[in-house]
Amino acid sequence: MSILDNAKAAAQGAAQAVMKKAVELAPDAWVPGGKPDPLIRSKHGLIGAPISRIDGPLKVQGRAKFAAEFPLDGMVYAAVAFSTVPKGRIATLDTGAAEAAAGVVLVMTHRNAPRMNNMPLFMTAEKAAGGDNLPILQDDRIHWNGQPIAVVLAESQEQADHAKSLIGVTYAQEPAVTTLAGARAQGADIGMFQGQPLKTTVGDAEAALAAAPVAIDATYTTPRHNHNAIEPHAATIAWHGDELIVQDAAQAVSHMAWSLASVFGLDERQVRVTSPYVGGGFGAKTLWQHQVLGAAAARLAGRPVRIALSREGVFRIVGGRTLTEQRVAIGAEADGRFTSIIHTGTIVMTRHNAMPEPFILPTRGAYAADSFKLEVEAVYMDMLANTFMRAPGEAVGTFALECAVDELAARLGMDPIELRIRNEPAKDPIEGLPFSSRHIVEAWRAGAARFGWARRNPAPGAVRDGAWRVGMGCATATYPYYRMPGGAARMKLTKDGSVRVEVAAHEMGMGTATAQTQVAAERLGLSMAQVSFGYGDSIMPGVVLAGGSQQTASIGASVMAAHHALTVELLKLAGNDSPLAGLGADEVEGLDGGLAKRGEPDRHESYVSILARARRDALVVEAAAPPPLETQHWSMHSHGAMFCEARVNAMTGETRISRFLGSFDCGRILNPKTAASQFRGGIIMGLGLALMEETQFDERKGRVMNPSLAEYHIPVHMDVPEIDVIWTDIPDPHAPMGAHGIGEIGITGTGAAVANAVFNATGKRVRDLPLTLDKLM
Amino acid sequence: MTPFSYTRAGDAADAVRLGAFGGAKYLGGGTNLVDLLRETIERPSALVDVAGLPATIEEREDGSLLIGAATRNAALAEHRAVRSHYPVLARAILAGASAQIRNMATVGGNILQRTRCAYFYDDEGSRCNKRSPGQGCDALDGFNRIHAILGASADCVATHPSDMCVALAALDATVHLQGPAGTRRLKLTGLHRLPGTRPDLETALEPGELITAVELPALPAGARSTYRKVRDRASYAFALVSVAAVLEADSGTVREVRLALGGVAPKPWRARKAEDALRGGPATVQAFRAAAESELADAAPLRDNGFKVELAKRTITAVLGDLAGVAA
Ligand SMILES: Cc1cc2nc3c(=O)[nH]c(=O)nc-3n(C[C@H](O)[C@H](O)[C@H](O)COP(=O)(O)OP(=O)(O)OC[C@H]3O[C@@H](n4cnc5c(N)ncnc54)[C@H](O)[C@@H]3O)c2cc1C
Repeated sequence: MSILDNAKAAAQGAAQAVMKKAVELAPDAWVPGGKPDPLIRSKHGLIGAPISRIDGPLKVQGRAKFAAEFPLDGMVYAAVAFSTVPKGRIATLDTGAAEAAAGVVLVMTHRNAPRMNNMPLFMTAEKAAGGDNLPILQDDRIHWNGQPIAVVLAESQEQADHAKSLIGVTYAQEPAVTTLAGARAQGADIGMFQGQPLKTTVGDAEAALAAAPVAIDATYTTPRHNHNAIEPHAATIAWHGDELIVQDAAQAVSHMAWSLASVFGLDERQVRVTSPYVGGGFGAKTLWQHQVLGAAAARLAGRPVRIALSREGVFRIVGGRTLTEQRVAIGAEADGRFTSIIHTGTIVMTRHNAMPEPFILPTRGAYAADSFKLEVEAVYMDMLANTFMRAPGEAVGTFALECAVDELAARLGMDPIELRIRNEPAKDPIEGLPFSSRHIVEAWRAGAARFGWARRNPAPGAVRDGAWRVGMGCATATYPYYRMPGGAARMKLTKDGSVRVEVAAHEMGMGTATAQTQVAAERLGLSMAQVSFGYGDSIMPGVVLAGGSQQTASIGASVMAAHHALTVELLKLAGNDSPLAGLGADEVEGLDGGLAKRGEPDRHESYVSILARARRDALVVEAAAPPPLETQHWSMHSHGAMFCEARVNAMTGETRISRFLGSFDCGRILNPKTAASQFRGGIIMGLGLALMEETQFDERKGRVMNPSLAEYHIPVHMDVPEIDVIWTDIPDPHAPMGAHGIGEIGITGTGAAVANAVFNATGKRVRDLPLTLDKLM
Repeated sequence: MTPFSYTRAGDAADAVRLGAFGGAKYLGGGTNLVDLLRETIERPSALVDVAGLPATIEEREDGSLLIGAATRNAALAEHRAVRSHYPVLARAILAGASAQIRNMATVGGNILQRTRCAYFYDDEGSRCNKRSPGQGCDALDGFNRIHAILGASADCVATHPSDMCVALAALDATVHLQGPAGTRRLKLTGLHRLPGTRPDLETALEPGELITAVELPALPAGARSTYRKVRDRASYAFALVSVAAVLEADSGTVREVRLALGGVAPKPWRARKAEDALRGGPATVQAFRAAAESELADAAPLRDNGFKVELAKRTITAVLGDLAGVAA
């Protein structure tokens, strides 16, 4: 075993010890992964009902207030100036003209910015949320092309923008590493992700590959991507004495409050971050330099500040997905059984972030094989810190892995679906744990039937419809089930029988508030109208990241814990005069506006009655979710089977997707309407990844050259066919509600399904994304 | 944005009077100019709004069409006479931008829209001879997928991005101008300049000259026309290569042909070499391909746009083949 493997084994041992202890301490109601959540059994209630989004009417009426829409008395507007060189020092900086311009209140540069700590880097502490850990306007140093060098505050946005354009700056440039070749020349490290090296070795995969009767060994490349949520990053920021209030566009309110407190040397309780609506997050709505700049400028000017980044601003200071260069090699027996899986390669990151795009993650659980060699190497550039972007790792990792599987199927002369099913693992191929719930074969079969896979001509380039070559392709989608520690919820039952649930969680357009209202109402035996779900405020309980598709499980486990606490309190209040007398919390359930003995609905007392008899106006409980032990007992993943029909113009190489189907196995679907939107949204983003998305990073200067939605292409309506989505709806007995998060899986596998369909259409194998027409002419 | 004054012109004379002051610019739909103002690439001291000037489409007795320069792109594409007599123009316009932009964009503004070269747009961070003469060109060795393969120079390789203008070039359109020195007419093909050593000088317009109308001569009876745009996504992307063609063929012989290319040159590129090779010759796929070869013989591809040479040849051949009714 290598040193790293030893370290890993030691870490695992430690984790298991912690787990054993935690199992002993876990609350009686729900040992994570032990007794299934009783809610899984309720079949005809609100769970699984196609309920429209409760925020829908507010949004179409323009009444949902986003971060840049909070007017504050005396508020000023910010504009940010960005560096145009990748590395060096500011030589001269002339802010005179900007300061003299109409309406200008403040020009803040490194000369007058208040002293601040660097942002705590995401994933380096429980509540760290910073995209980078560089000094922010603390010195004259430049670390990337696009770094903020000044902030202008003015009475109007137009005045701020104009004044910004009057700032004069020159640089003393220093040699920068902005090419991939240059970065490689400086050496590479094994990427560290969530405290673990991105390296897995089982057996001797290279030897097995060399000995395999059939093999594929190819290199796949994916370019940089930038975040382009419909709502560019924005915050409205005010100081009240030493208290900082930030109306933000956030997917991590508690993390951001803590991190901002650490930047400004405050106590966590002095910072409040709220975020009622977010126009898309995808991993980018965390803490970047603009909130810090806005807060610092607000403090200096003594005025509230609205800082709304331009689209270009988002490209300059909010990181995206980094590029990858991946080798995938698979060795197989003649019957298709995998003997070796190798997935290695290089990503680019910076010295000031901690995100080595973990593209090997999907390969750790996708297939059985005798041997594995998985490894991510990081090289470093002087550039904007890269970050998480929808299914980080899996989105691009499945492109390489699932193209390779398709290539191998062609070599074997096997149907690619049958090849995948043949290599279906009985247990986690790396960890050896049992799967909590894995019905991918059902998903494949159902998807294939519905898509008409049997009609596919396996011979590449064989089907033509006029000017267009037509092909079908498929790929596996996969994303882990995560539940991060820190979940907690508050429940307040009022004497009218209604309940307010509060969790510091997030609604970024996914339907969280709707689905969680459904779940809470079902648990409590109330109607949707009797339950309100509060979220998006750091003063609420819980440290709940809307990331890793873990919010559903995290909120679910938190609400379960709070509900248990509420039930215990209610039974105490009900006392001996209640039909519920003598029952324990595990013997009752929420039903018809009150509690009833399980299986005996007539042994019931309403919440109104319990509180009235106890002469209580309200009952408030708060509880923390148990630690996520289920992921220690079981290998937990979501799965999908992706099907694509592509048409490639024989003359021009233009690719148009004519049909797409995603067949998912993601546990129980809580709300088919919001779920379908999540699946489709992921797939659409995957079509962009496959066909057009690419940040033009000019290696000469480390500068992004297409910081605009006119030139940075994402799919327009005409690029998106009707997308069919189906699901197994089989609950995972070891997850709260039996459900998995579904926000990210849609983008996984999609790129490969497209590339495989294009291969089937044309006989051309393109291993370099995006699949632009020049590669197919 | 740099501060400017704003005035609505009542009529063309009024516009020209207001536009004669140095630093004034005409404003059409603003879909290009306002972006450039925001980026501080254009810094006019005065904007003269000409979007309220005549937007009529006059069908004249000789079969020609006179189009007011303030006509919106959407209205022009929708016009019955354009759709029936000049399908190449309707198709070219509808292939451009988005419905929202076409509703705002005017004919005059479309003709004078500026390049989409990323280095031209990057006022703060990149060198550009078009924006700042003599500064150098970062596109030459940079991202130049959307750049020119014909007619470019060592100082500038940017393309003119319009679709509409490619159709106008193929239709032999004439542009009506009014300026401080009076009125004059110019062929559309003579309006845009090639960059040479002065890429900042983009047109033959005199300072303060206003486009008042565009005139389309009648097409020969029996001529067919169409437009094909090849791009990176199904809609809302500029042309990598586009072809506007008017063809009159008679029993296998090319009587008349007019061919223009978009996305490949600093101006709407009238393919005269190809036309000369075709006129009077056979209307066959082989002849069309040979003509395309001759037009692109001088093509000078850059780092990222080599594919355009073959793409242009194929598209020319296919479009002419479609119009002639001969399949490849
Ligand atoms: C995202 C995006 C995508 C686009 N995609 C395409 C595309 O695919 N294909 C395409 O062809 N175009 C495309 N366009 C460009 C669009 O067609 C032009 O912006 C539009 O035609 C310009 O017309 P306008 O009236 O808005 O011009 P303005 O922006 O008002 O003006 C443009 C220029 O013309 C000058 N001008 C305007 N009117 C006159 C006049 N009467 N006389 C003299 N000078 C005048 C102005 O001074 C200015 O210099 C796109 C634009 C955007 C923003």
